[in-house]
Amino acid sequence: MASQEIYKQLTEIFRDLFDDDTIVLTPETTAGDITGWDSMMHVNVVLAVEMRFKIKFKTSEIESLHNVGHLADMVETKLAVERRPAHA
Amino acid sequence: MFQDLDWLPEREDWASLADTIHHQEPREALDSFRLLANSRMDFVRAFRLDKMLQRYRSEHDLIEFLPKVRLALIGSSTLSHLHPGIRLAALRRGILLDVYQGIYGMYRQELMDPTSGLHSFKPDVILLALDAHHLAEAENADADSILVMIRSCWDAARDSSNCSVIQQTVLPVHPHLLGNQESQYSVSPAAIVTKVNALLRDEAPKANVHLLAVDEWAAQTGIFEWFEPSLWYRSKQEIHPRVSNLYGDQVGRILAALRGKSSKCLVLDLDNTLWGGVVGDDGVDGIVIGQGSESGEAFVALQRYAKGLSQRGVILAVCSKNDEANALLPFEKRSEMILRRSDIACFVANWEDKAGNIRRIAQQLNIGLDSLVFLDDNPFERNLVRRELPRVAVPELPEDPSGYVRMLSAAGYFETLSITEEDRERSHQYRANLAREELREKATDMQGFLRALKMKLTWSPFAGKDLKRVVQLLNKTNQFNLTTRRYSEEAVQALLADKDVLTLQLRLLDVYGNNGIIALLIGRRNAHAELELETWLMSCRVLGRQVEQATLNILAEKAREMGCAHLAGYYRPTASNAMVRSHYEKLGFTLLDTAEDGSTRWKRSLDQMSPLATEIEILEEDEYGVARDLQAAH
Repeated sequence: MASQEIYKQLTEIFRDLFDDDTIVLTPETTAGDITGWDSMMHVNVVLAVEMRFKIKFKTSEIESLHNVGHLADMVETKLAVERRPAHA
Repeated sequence: MFQDLDWLPEREDWASLADTIHHQEPREALDSFRLLANSRMDFVRAFRLDKMLQRYRSEHDLIEFLPKVRLALIGSSTLSHLHPGIRLAALRRGILLDVYQGIYGMYRQELMDPTSGLHSFKPDVILLALDAHHLAEAENADADSILVMIRSCWDAARDSSNCSVIQQTVLPVHPHLLGNQESQYSVSPAAIVTKVNALLRDEAPKANVHLLAVDEWAAQTGIFEWFEPSLWYRSKQEIHPRVSNLYGDQVGRILAALRGKSSKCLVLDLDNTLWGGVVGDDGVDGIVIGQGSESGEAFVALQRYAKGLSQRGVILAVCSKNDEANALLPFEKRSEMILRRSDIACFVANWEDKAGNIRRIAQQLNIGLDSLVFLDDNPFERNLVRRELPRVAVPELPEDPSGYVRMLSAAGYFETLSITEEDRERSHQYRANLAREELREKATDMQGFLRALKMKLTWSPFAGKDLKRVVQLLNKTNQFNLTTRRYSEEAVQALLADKDVLTLQLRLLDVYGNNGIIALLIGRRNAHAELELETWLMSCRVLGRQVEQATLNILAEKAREMGCAHLAGYYRPTASNAMVRSHYEKLGFTLLDTAEDGSTRWKRSLDQMSPLATEIEILEEDEYGVARDLQAAH
């Protein structure tokens, strides 16, 4: 499972985007659990995550997203790739 | 660059202020919302603030505190992600905005169908945002026929809604097929977009349509920031959410300009803002200005930009902590200075605090605090003025002076929809006003002062050549405005065609020059032989000069000619027009009644009214805008 820090940051993004400080994200959270998480907001969630972590998702990755746990794991994987020294 | 509105200050108390807002009473809450909207933000934060505002509005009626504007956003791609940025930009300028989102891709049907949701929304403004793919990739697309289609949309918008129209230019998102000579290949989508944008720039002003020049903004800040192919394929968003605040702010500027809320005056600090160094310490020869050093040229560039603003009607003022004699030295002794003392309408250099001085500048120039922009390199002074005078715009400035001009121009405070002759004359007019002030101080009595001015008031109905200026004044005069009714150019045209309507535009001339059009009146004859004064507004520059009395004399004569026996006056209070609450009382009208909101109705019989005594000569103006008697005198 992705780190607590990633969940903390994701929670901040979700609380801002949906203007709801009661949101608590778990790996099992899906769009159905959060009021207003429609396809348009999904685009915003992805963009906000991309901007916050300075990463980029492929279109196929976005289409395959099915819950917050999956999103957090993808963030973690991408951050790990970014941080790997260029010569390794 | 600039996508988070970098000229706005960062607010460290954002979270705590945001937390308390929903407990606050409407007036206080609105102030908090405006403070937050006036801080730097990315699109995620803008989303949240907008949601908070929407929720607060759904629970509280805010309409008595701020004017409301209804904007319809229609187009051919996904646009709803742009609403938060637009709504916040409107709030930033003191406007509560309701946004109607047109049905995706149905803009033509909605415009043409009088029963559509668009028309039942009754928009004040329609923003037509058409995307490049939709326009340039249609079969046999060519620029001229695209323009025909767009023009038919403008006509439809006007016919059914009588509203203002904003046309977004087309984003240059297409790849080039030829390269640098792309325009030679007329079927290339990139070439079509370039040509459509050129045609729009010709046609929109003629049709009184205002452009939202996103292509220029994309050119300045980078098209790759604005348009992202993956986002287009994913969700048909042509404009990336990360630039939605910048986009929204551009729309907000136009909405503000439509309502006369653009800034009017640039107040400049001196040391390390207009030149490098401190003139009091370094001496007039020690300050940095002019060619030969990077920062010296950067200060010249700022002065040149300020001068350019002044030449098109922005008033310049100086507010500096200095001895006045020292502060004036560079203007007198340094030939590298672009700005001269005569470019500055109001020059304040002393050791008092800047907030108080800025308040004094506003009073002397007779403009509202919300018309001022204050430019200062010192973060302490900036924050002090922001705290004391939240209505004054105070942009952040980078530490390096080479970035000053870019920041000031990006902030777009002085957005102007069209340029009139009077705009170009304005700076001169304000300086002449100061000369009048000096005469007033010298004159021992008021009558003597007024007589020495040798004033001439010329009148005519609204004239075609002045229509732009008339519409501008109708929509931006806030203080001396009895009813604050706003009129589109189309609405004014309709008035001119109406036999029951009297329109008057007045110019004031005196020994110091032509003040330009300084007052407008619109009267409507009703069935009871009364002339109902639905608009009476005047420029505050000519207060205290008996213009109101002279105007009433003209009005009485014209009303009699129309067969009226009475004048009916109205006063509708707003946040800015308390100064005219007793206007009709002073002119001898009788109060009929006072409504709950403080509105009053007044009446004056023309029967026994003899002209009021003034020191003003009244002349009729001919079609060339020249008063005949004046012409004869020369």
